[in-house]
Amino acid sequence: MESSQATGAPPLTAAGPQRRWGDRVFAGLTVGSGVTILALLAGVALFLLIESLPAASASPAELPEGKTLVDYIAPLAFGTILAATIAVLIAVPLAVAVALFISHVAPRRIVLALGFLVDLLAAIPSIVYGLWGIFVLGPAAVPVLEWLEQKLGFIVFFKGPASATGRTMLVAGLVLAVMILPIVSAVCREVFTQTPRKLQEGALALGATRWEMIKMTVLPFGKSSIISGSMLGLGRALGETMAVTIILSVSGIVTFNLISQANPSTIAANIALDFPESSGLAVNTLIASGLVLFAITLVTNLAARAIISRQNIQ
Amino acid sequence: MQAPVDTPPLLAAPRGGPLWRRKLVNRVMTGLIVLAFVVALIPLFSLLFEVVKRGLPGLDWEFLTGTPRGVVGGGGAAHAIVGTVVITGVTAIISVPVGILAAIYLTEYGEGRLRRWLTFFVDVMTGIPSIVAGLFAFALFAIFLGPGIRLGLMGAVALSVLMIPIVIRSSEEVLKIVPNHLREASYALGTSKWRTIVKVVLPTAFAGLVTGVMIAVARIVGETAPLLVTTGIVDSINTNPFEGRMQNLAVYAYSEYRTPGVMKQASYDRAWAAALTLIAIVMILNVVARLVYRRYKTEIR
Repeated sequence: MESSQATGAPPLTAAGPQRRWGDRVFAGLTVGSGVTILALLAGVALFLLIESLPAASASPAELPEGKTLVDYIAPLAFGTILAATIAVLIAVPLAVAVALFISHVAPRRIVLALGFLVDLLAAIPSIVYGLWGIFVLGPAAVPVLEWLEQKLGFIVFFKGPASATGRTMLVAGLVLAVMILPIVSAVCREVFTQTPRKLQEGALALGATRWEMIKMTVLPFGKSSIISGSMLGLGRALGETMAVTIILSVSGIVTFNLISQANPSTIAANIALDFPESSGLAVNTLIASGLVLFAITLVTNLAARAIISRQNIQ
Repeated sequence: MQAPVDTPPLLAAPRGGPLWRRKLVNRVMTGLIVLAFVVALIPLFSLLFEVVKRGLPGLDWEFLTGTPRGVVGGGGAAHAIVGTVVITGVTAIISVPVGILAAIYLTEYGEGRLRRWLTFFVDVMTGIPSIVAGLFAFALFAIFLGPGIRLGLMGAVALSVLMIPIVIRSSEEVLKIVPNHLREASYALGTSKWRTIVKVVLPTAFAGLVTGVMIAVARIVGETAPLLVTTGIVDSINTNPFEGRMQNLAVYAYSEYRTPGVMKQASYDRAWAAALTLIAIVMILNVVARLVYRRYKTEIR
C-alpha cells in the first residue's frame, strides 16, 4: 500500500495540479462516506435517546398500563432474553454439526451447493417465517407440546397447560433457532476450514478416526468461533421481530412455562404490535424499550466481535 | 475450501474391542452430523413447499394489478408491489454510493484510527435489530416533522441503516482481491490514484460489486418491522416517497394476516401470495447475483 501510494503521486507535469485536485475530491468523498456511517450510528443512539427522554421523565400514571418505565420494560426484556436463549440452545449444536458436515464430512463436489442451501435459510424474509410458524409449525407442534406436558410436566418449563394452537414460547424459540442457524454455522464453518492441515493429518497419521481427529484438532481450534458465532446468533435472536410478533400469543406475564397459551412478550414484538396504534407518551415509551433492546444487542455484538478479533490476532 | 480429510481404512477390528468401539463412535458421530444437516434443512423445504402450495391460489391477475381501495374483502397488492419497488429503489440510491465509497476508503485509502473505527463499527452496525433501525428513522423524522409522520423516505432511511453495512462488507471483499500489480501498472503509466481506482480497480471488481449489491437488496426487500413503524399501512398506490404512507409487500402480508377482512380465508390467501411473491423476488435476486458473478467476473491471476 505504502509503495503504491508513493508511485500514485507522479512528478509534476502539465496535468499534475489538476490530477491532484481530482485526487483530493475523490479521497474526500470516500472519507466523507466513512464519517457519514459513523455519524449515522451515533445518530441511531442519539435520536433514540432524545425520543425516550419524555417517557423517562413522565410519571407512571401517564405511561401505558400505569407502570413505571422499568416495570414496563422488565417483563419484555425477560421475554426477549428467554426466547433468544431457547433459540441459541437449539441452534448452536445443530449449527456446529452443519458446519462440520460442510467442512469435513460432505463430499467435496457438493459442498458449494450445500452451503448455498444453508445460506438460503438466511435469505428468507422474517414475515414468511412468521406465517410458516403460525400456520404450519405451530399446529404441527401441538401433539409434541401435549406430550411434553404429560411426560415432563414436573419440570417448570413444561408445566402447561399445553397450548391448543402452538403459539408458545417454545415454538417461537424454535423458529428463531432456524433463523439464526445460518449465521452461527457460517462463522463456525469459516474457522473450521482453516484448521491447520498438518494438525489434522498428524492426528490421522497417529491412527485417529475422523471423529477423533475432529474432536482433537478442529473443535479445539474452532472453539472461540463457536462462542463468537453463538453470540452473533444471540444478537440476531434478541432483535428478531416479525416471527415472534406473529407466532407468540402474549399476556405480559413473567413465566418460564414454555408451552402454554400465556407468554411474556419480547421488546421487538411489543413494539411491532403496539406502535402503529400508539400516540403521545406511549410512542416515547416504546422508543425507550427500543433503546434498551439496542443496548442489549450492542453489548452482545461487541462481545462477539471482541472474541473474533482476538482470535484473528492469534 | 479445504479438501475433507478422509479416515484411512482401518483393519477389521475384533467386535467389542477398543478399536471396534472407537470405530463405532466414529460411525455414530458421523451419522449424527449428517442427521443434523438433514434436520436443519427440513424447515427450508417445508417452508418453500407450504409457501408455494398456499401462495399459488391467491396469486392471480387481480393480486398483481388491483388495490384494496374501495373493495370489500378483496383487491390486490399492486400498491404494495409499487411501494416495494420505490422504497427499495430509494434505499439502494442512498446505500450503494455510500457503501461502495466507504469500502473504497477502507481498501484504498484507509489508515490509522478512522479505518480501525470504521471497520469495527460497520461490524457493530450489521447487528442492529431491524426494528431499532425503524425506530431511529421514526425518531429522526418525528423530531422535525411531528410524531404522526409516515413517509416512504423514512422507510428507505431505516432500510439504509441495514443495507449500508452489507454493501460495505461485500464490496470490501471484492476490492481486496483486486491484485496490487494492476494498480502498480496503472501508476507506472502516470495515472493518478483516483483515476486508477475509477478506471482500473472498480472495473476489475465490477461483477463482484453488482453481486454484492443484489444480495444486499435481497436482504432488505423483505423487511417488515422497520417499515411498520415508518411507512405505515395504506391501501392505495403511492409512488412519491416524499409524501404520504406507502405499503410494501411484507407489511401487506402482515396486515392481511393481522386484520383479515370479512372473508378471512381470502385474506390469508393474499398474505401467502405476498409471501410467495417475496420469496420469488429474493430467490431470483440471489440466483441472478451468482450467475452475474460467474459470467462476468474478471479472471484474476
